[in-house]
Amino acid sequence: MKIMNCPLNGPRNITEFICGGEVREMPDPATSSDGAWVDYLFMENNKAGVIYEWWCHVPTTYWFVARRDTRTEEIIETLTVADFSGAAATGGQS
Amino acid sequence: MPWNLLKYGLSRKRHGPAYFPPQPELKPAYDVVIIGAGGHGLAAAYYLARDWGINNIAVLEKGYLGGGNTARNTTIIRANYLTPEGVAFYKESVELWRELDRELDINLMYSERGHLTLAHSDGAIRTARWRAEVNKHLGVDSQLVFPDDIARICPQLNLSPSVRYPILGALYHPPGAIARHDAVAWGYGREACRQGVEIHQLTEVEDVLTAGGHVTGVKTNRGVIHAGKVLQAVAASSTLLADMAGFRLPIQTVPLQACVTEPLKPILDPIIVSGSLHVYLSQSARGEFVMGGSTDPYALYSTRTSLDFKEGLAAHVLELLPMLAEVPIMREWAGMADMTPDFSPVMGRTPVENYYIDAGWGTWGFKATPVCGKRMAECVASDTQPDLLHPFRLSRIDELDFVGERGAASVGH
Ligand SMILES: Cc1cc2nc3c(=O)[nH]c(=O)nc-3n(C[C@H](O)[C@H](O)[C@H](O)COP(=O)(O)OP(=O)(O)OC[C@H]3O[C@@H](n4cnc5c(N)ncnc54)[C@H](O)[C@@H]3O)c2cc1C
Repeated sequence: MKIMNCPLNGPRNITEFICGGEVREMPDPATSSDGAWVDYLFMENNKAGVIYEWWCHVPTTYWFVARRDTRTEEIIETLTVADFSGAAATGGQS
Repeated sequence: MPWNLLKYGLSRKRHGPAYFPPQPELKPAYDVVIIGAGGHGLAAAYYLARDWGINNIAVLEKGYLGGGNTARNTTIIRANYLTPEGVAFYKESVELWRELDRELDINLMYSERGHLTLAHSDGAIRTARWRAEVNKHLGVDSQLVFPDDIARICPQLNLSPSVRYPILGALYHPPGAIARHDAVAWGYGREACRQGVEIHQLTEVEDVLTAGGHVTGVKTNRGVIHAGKVLQAVAASSTLLADMAGFRLPIQTVPLQACVTEPLKPILDPIIVSGSLHVYLSQSARGEFVMGGSTDPYALYSTRTSLDFKEGLAAHVLELLPMLAEVPIMREWAGMADMTPDFSPVMGRTPVENYYIDAGWGTWGFKATPVCGKRMAECVASDTQPDLLHPFRLSRIDELDFVGERGAASVGH
């Protein structure tokens, strides 16, 4: 059983969570080109390496961000959305 | 004679010629370089040589021949898809399969068993009816059947109404088949070599070299190789290669797991699929029950397996075939599926001139090996997108012209 450390609920079985995909900046739908919007919706970075991802703890519908290595399956850290935005603002996002 | 066998194993003498000829030294340039010696890459090499007279070809493989998803799949072959574009394409593949052992002079153990896609809900019945009508219209043998017929076709199934998901009906596709996956790669590989194609294993492409918008060659762990044309057929690694070539793909790499039981006497003829129960299974020629389920719930470049998968699969299989309760699972493994948003492949020309792609084969590409090889060979040789591949062009994503086959995927994902 694989454990994920939820920022709200602590360590839980990973089957309690769903993955919401990689964290990517959403283009402004009002001003974005069709191409940029399609890219946002359907193209994938599909990186082999460390990425930031949306995850949700389903029983509590709590969304947060995890930093995970897509080669080793290691969950490096989990962050509240507030902490993630703070880290991104100070250039912490790799 | 175990003693003689040991002596034979240790001696250098062999009866008969080696299966593959010894490969020559890697040359500095080829007309066509194919990246990936899975079934798809090897088939493309074979048809390029056979149909187009191009045999100055190197197939480069970072691991061993057929060691990717080709060697890891559950080998279900069928044409009962949902969209007219998909059905026409997979139908051509089934027609090629039927001639393939003779053509490649190898026993592929291609075995038409009949294929039942079970429906456990009104929605699933509706999809089955839809698929049956599209299939019939295009000349593919498919029909909606109900529990009375199912009991005749597959008496082993638990048709009791008092289970969590009773079987309400099924899409029955008599041509549904299984085959020996390794033999497909070996057969295409050997016949390609006979026509002059080279297969270089342990040769990893590390970069794609381009100049002025077209490809000039590849950089490998064994040096630079120049190429007139390059085809990538690397399944799980599709995005990594496309990144090197410089274009984006709608693909995510997700593990797909499978397992087999110990061998039993032949007791199950048809191939059984249940979307609602996330199960597909068949009994192989060796007697093992080959079983698979849905893809893992998140992206990963790894072939690890998980207990969650086996627990879920076993529970669902036992609801369909309670007789398997005491049968041990012998082996389990995973492959990495290159999943697309519409469950259809990405095939043909790319934004880079002379660079072609065969990708997005997810959990469903083994059955397409012959038609992919044949049509990608046409695409590469003629530098045009064959009509049959037009629906699967990469630019369909930008044009929002999807080929939605999720409803025909073996299991809900
Ligand atoms: C568990 C499982 C069950 C499946 N069941 C079915 C089924 O029942 N029916 C069906 O139709 N399909 C099924 N599939 C899907 C099917 O297996 C694949 O779509 C198909 O085999 C893909 O073949 P391929 O030749 O494109 O890829 P692969 O066989 O994966 O070959 C790609 C090759 O490229 C090589 N490569 C990658 N990167 C590089 C590089 N940089 N340089 C050189 N070489 C490289 C890899 O080592 C690999 O050998 C299943 C898949 C899995 C994992």
